[in-house]
Amino acid sequence: MRFHFKTSYDHDIRLFPDWWKFSLYATLVLVMLALPWIFQGVFGGRTAGFYLGEMTNVLIWAVAGLGLMLLTGTTGQVSLGHSAFMALGCFLCVNFLDAGMPFLLAFVLAGIVTGLVGAVIAVPALKLHGVYLSIFTLALAILADDLVVILEHWTGGVNGRMAPDFTLFGASMNRWANPQGWYFLALGTAIAVTLLYRNLLRSPLGRAFAAVRDSEISAQAMGIDVARTKTLAFGLSCAFAGLGGALMGFFAGAFNNETFNFLISIQLLMMIIIGGLGFIHGAFLGAAVIAFLPQALSMATDFMGSASIPGLEVGVFGAILIAFILFEPMGLYGRWLKLRVWLELFPFARRDMFRRQKSYLKTERLR
Amino acid sequence: MEVLQLLLSGLANGCVYGLVALGFVLIYKATEAVNFAQGDFMMLGAYVMIGLVNPQFMGMNFWLAVPVALLIMAALGYLLDLTVLRHMFGQSQTAVVILTIALGFVIRFAAGLIWGHEPQSLHSPLRLGDVRLGDVVLSLADIAVIVVTLLMTLALWQFFQRTKPGLAMQAASQNQMAAYYMGIPVKRVQGAVWALAGVVACVAGILYASKGTVDISSGFIGIKAFAAAVIGGFGSLPGALMGGLIVGVIEPFAARYLPAGYSQIAPYALLIIVLVFRPHGLFAQVRTKKV
Repeated sequence: MRFHFKTSYDHDIRLFPDWWKFSLYATLVLVMLALPWIFQGVFGGRTAGFYLGEMTNVLIWAVAGLGLMLLTGTTGQVSLGHSAFMALGCFLCVNFLDAGMPFLLAFVLAGIVTGLVGAVIAVPALKLHGVYLSIFTLALAILADDLVVILEHWTGGVNGRMAPDFTLFGASMNRWANPQGWYFLALGTAIAVTLLYRNLLRSPLGRAFAAVRDSEISAQAMGIDVARTKTLAFGLSCAFAGLGGALMGFFAGAFNNETFNFLISIQLLMMIIIGGLGFIHGAFLGAAVIAFLPQALSMATDFMGSASIPGLEVGVFGAILIAFILFEPMGLYGRWLKLRVWLELFPFARRDMFRRQKSYLKTERLR
Repeated sequence: MEVLQLLLSGLANGCVYGLVALGFVLIYKATEAVNFAQGDFMMLGAYVMIGLVNPQFMGMNFWLAVPVALLIMAALGYLLDLTVLRHMFGQSQTAVVILTIALGFVIRFAAGLIWGHEPQSLHSPLRLGDVRLGDVVLSLADIAVIVVTLLMTLALWQFFQRTKPGLAMQAASQNQMAAYYMGIPVKRVQGAVWALAGVVACVAGILYASKGTVDISSGFIGIKAFAAAVIGGFGSLPGALMGGLIVGVIEPFAARYLPAGYSQIAPYALLIIVLVFRPHGLFAQVRTKKV
């Protein structure tokens, strides 16, 4: 076990507490960068392209998941409506491309505009708490579904839109012809968003987010402008979700209102809970679960020799989620943290170290 | 006449929403949790009834099957509380919300596995006739829905207002620890309320299945019932019915008078407007939180 002797405030908010941690993450980034060639070497040819596509899918889910994580995990506001903002990001990006912008500009601008819209929508939502906020956002997601159909001029209505072919740094980005290009686009976005998120967490704003999550009233007492903090959290979270949505739609090749229906936002929420609420790692772990579960299930049903069962995926997903909420509310990353503490303390870890405290609920109602 | 016809059919639909919303409110009133799976409960209740009554399954007599179905759903509700939700005792609302969403997924999967994915309709004696009042046509099922819903709401309202178990349920939600001190078996009371919610869901399911067809995604009308419960203000039983009626009546009128595509937004738009201007519903019961 390593101890960090902190001698200044800068030590406390450093991105990496020590060289060991830094080298760990640097290795991870290097492996991720080399992944196309590693896959090429291990699987070769078309299979490598398939697995690279799967990895791209994981990274795209992770970008959207980071968006929801910022709002739900860090600021404590549950949203069931992020599919609406993913749709917004995606359709904005397509329309910006139509207007003749280069992809990178259209992509970033789509994220920014989605964030602004999210911040505007957050203003009326600020008064809502807990369940009311989740229902409000759920209604937003359903409204977005219908709005996509109504705004046919921009969105193509129920027929949807095809993702246009675009070029990035001179390379033509086609999912089938150029899986590496797509992988690097998703990886780059994921790294950029992660860095932004991580840096946000060590800024006063990031600590304000956490304070609002832990207790709005005490945050207010500490001089935090709760309304402003929540609006910013909502805006930033929607911006990330918009980027994730743009990537998801373009990666799928064609998208309409069904691509971003409200089940996607529920799936997103479940994903970050399985990964570990409140941890950046959690978004990535959850994304891996959500992206590989269908493959794993189809392999399992093949192995059992039975025909595919409709709805199996969603059912199993729900069951996994129930198991996590009951037995490991901190998610996969929380489990790893506990394991790590156990290993670090090895003979001295105690069984009740992570026991949940008994708590009782009180109502806010008068009658 | 057309207006009256729309109004009456809207009321009948609204009563089903109101019944599902009643289930939300019951659970919210007694456990401070919101059951996002209530719509799926309703779907399950409908399927249990179909399984008992329809000739290709068990083929029981309809009136004999009603109490059996109610009992099955009550037992299911109680078991669900015993096995899953009791572990969440004292945890935050949002954790329970997510848990019940997941439960909804599992219920939908299980129902699809048992009863298949095709839409099915219940062989119900309520299907038989129409009632004519001048130019207005109402099916027997519609009338049954309205009558049963009104009776249910009245009974549950009085139950919470007057009887000892009803008051114990309210106390158990208002302050769990204080309720323990008063000698209320809080966990058992919560189990009872889940059973009761199962019964209400089953009634809603039977009526819904008598009006039309059921498939496994019928549970999504739970979302409209949410709109109903929120408009009425969570925690108020007559409010839930009111909200259900408002949503139910708005729908056919929007479908008739608004351009196509805009009509299905109406309930959600109303929900958002209500939440923006009255964040705790029309019949709010919350004041500023005290530390």
